[in-house]
Amino acid sequence: MSNVTSQMEDVFSEEAQAHSPNVVGDELARLVAAHPEVVVLSADMGAALGKVREVAPERYFDLGIAETNTMSVAAGLAASGFVPYVVSMAPFGMLKCAEQIRTDLASTKMPVRIVARLSGLAMGFFGASHHAIEDLAIARTITNLTVCAPSDSASTIALLRSTYDVDGPVLIRTSEGIARQVYDAVPTIPRGCFVEVRPGDDAAVIATGVGVSIALEAAEVLAGEGVQVRVLDAAYLKPLDERAVVAAAGTGRILTVEEHHVMGGLGTMVAEVLGRHGLGARLEVHALPDEDLEVGVPAALLERYGLTPAGVTAQLRHLLAG
Amino acid sequence: MTVTSGPSSATALERNRPIGADELRAKADWIRLETIRLIDQAGLGHYSSTFSCAEALAVLYYHTLRLDPADPSWPDRDRFLLGKGHVAVGQWPILAELGYFPTAWLDGYGRLGSPLTDHPDMRKVPGVDFSSGSLGHNLSVGVGMGLAQRLRHGDARVFVLTGDGELQEGQVWEAAMSASHYRLGNLVAILDANGFSGGGATSVTLNIEPLADRFAAFGWTTVEVDGNDVGALARAFDTLPDPSGDRPVCVVSRTRKGAGLAAMEAAPQAWHLGHMTEDERAAARAEIEARMAR
Repeated sequence: MSNVTSQMEDVFSEEAQAHSPNVVGDELARLVAAHPEVVVLSADMGAALGKVREVAPERYFDLGIAETNTMSVAAGLAASGFVPYVVSMAPFGMLKCAEQIRTDLASTKMPVRIVARLSGLAMGFFGASHHAIEDLAIARTITNLTVCAPSDSASTIALLRSTYDVDGPVLIRTSEGIARQVYDAVPTIPRGCFVEVRPGDDAAVIATGVGVSIALEAAEVLAGEGVQVRVLDAAYLKPLDERAVVAAAGTGRILTVEEHHVMGGLGTMVAEVLGRHGLGARLEVHALPDEDLEVGVPAALLERYGLTPAGVTAQLRHLLAG
Repeated sequence: MTVTSGPSSATALERNRPIGADELRAKADWIRLETIRLIDQAGLGHYSSTFSCAEALAVLYYHTLRLDPADPSWPDRDRFLLGKGHVAVGQWPILAELGYFPTAWLDGYGRLGSPLTDHPDMRKVPGVDFSSGSLGHNLSVGVGMGLAQRLRHGDARVFVLTGDGELQEGQVWEAAMSASHYRLGNLVAILDANGFSGGGATSVTLNIEPLADRFAAFGWTTVEVDGNDVGALARAFDTLPDPSGDRPVCVVSRTRKGAGLAAMEAAPQAWHLGHMTEDERAAARAEIEARMAR
């Protein structure tokens, strides 16, 4: 096995799905078994959905490499009383389908759950076409759309499960590049709430997705030096937990961490809250730069852009020194 | 999912209701008159696109579709999706007359706050089975509704009226592919083939012909009719295969853009989007009313 392959597991293959934890596929199979109105649509992502096909083959639909059609088909099923979960690759299922999501799912308040897999830089090896780093900026402007992002496998289960009965459509931004678990057990995450995964009052990190586990490691490093950093998991991006942001501002220093473009994502959202409330906390945004990004395996890309415990630790030191 | 099967509503309008061709022609012309009135009220609207499909709207709503205006969300109703949503102005008078909402709503058409808008909004208007406005989406939505009927073992049909310019949207062909892949015999696409889009003749902007051959190649049963002939449309809809069949049906409805007004048929593009003057309205009404009186 080449070095590249070992780092960038082929997450699409049946073999890989059979031998690695398939959190999304397993939880969707549970949802299909538990709720007769749940249907699962796949835009050529069926390798991960074998259990769904076993549990309820009649409620599994592969729509092929045709994401826009898939979203609108889901809308038709939802308008007929079903609750569709649509599984697709984030750059295509979300970015390409922004208009279908807006028009057919959100304006109509259809209960469709979009499971956008491999978001951020998770498919970075395949090229810039496969980066999905603008999705939060777009998604947050879509009225009626709930936007959430799990930070590990336990919160992936929690969000898939708990958004089942949310009114209107939900975007679940998942990433397969998370090495470390954030939660010991499946957490309860109320809609629109951050989760404090580490207490601290010297500074606050508000992170989302892969950023959360990275931030936790950085906070542990600083704790060894006597600095207590609060770490908040921004599991929901919309609605945004404004109260948690305001409370974080009480530390005087906020760092946001996200595998997303520096414009329009979590950092922007937090800055808006601080501005609206007239709060003067120092804010630093640790995100992907507004430039042509490199192409490479996810681990190399995260390293390149400082989305590592060392990178976030350095950024926190900078923040604390200011 | 609760399965309900077969018409059970006491207030339902059944499929293929008896109605004479003259009456259907009068309905189509009444739709044109109402379109002229409503567009004048709003100050802008799509005349010629609405006129081309007036007969299709009349035949579907007054003859073909299984409906229950007293229960717009009745699971066993036939669905009607207006892919070419810019002709909702022709759908509003019908839904009002059938009793989906008070006819007084029509008087507010085009005004801020009116539920009746240029394109249909399912959250605002009873009887609208799905919103439209972004061309190319509704055939996909119809596929989803067809799949849903299969899952609940219902026998409702899903009709989707598309423009022909709309077929330039790539998503339509994704939908066409998926409809035949899933063998949706309960799905009927009606292509209002008036030969024009907003920018001109489709043969010039981007050729979409041969329509029947293209849909046939995508696995659909196709039938081609004169779409401004209520008898031809009714025959096509009356002889649709049973919805339990395994091939979606494409009705290529050959129409004249601006049909029903000589001046508009002669210059269909000028009336794609516009507002008639008082004199033009009077002349149009006179021409249509004279035909209705015959």
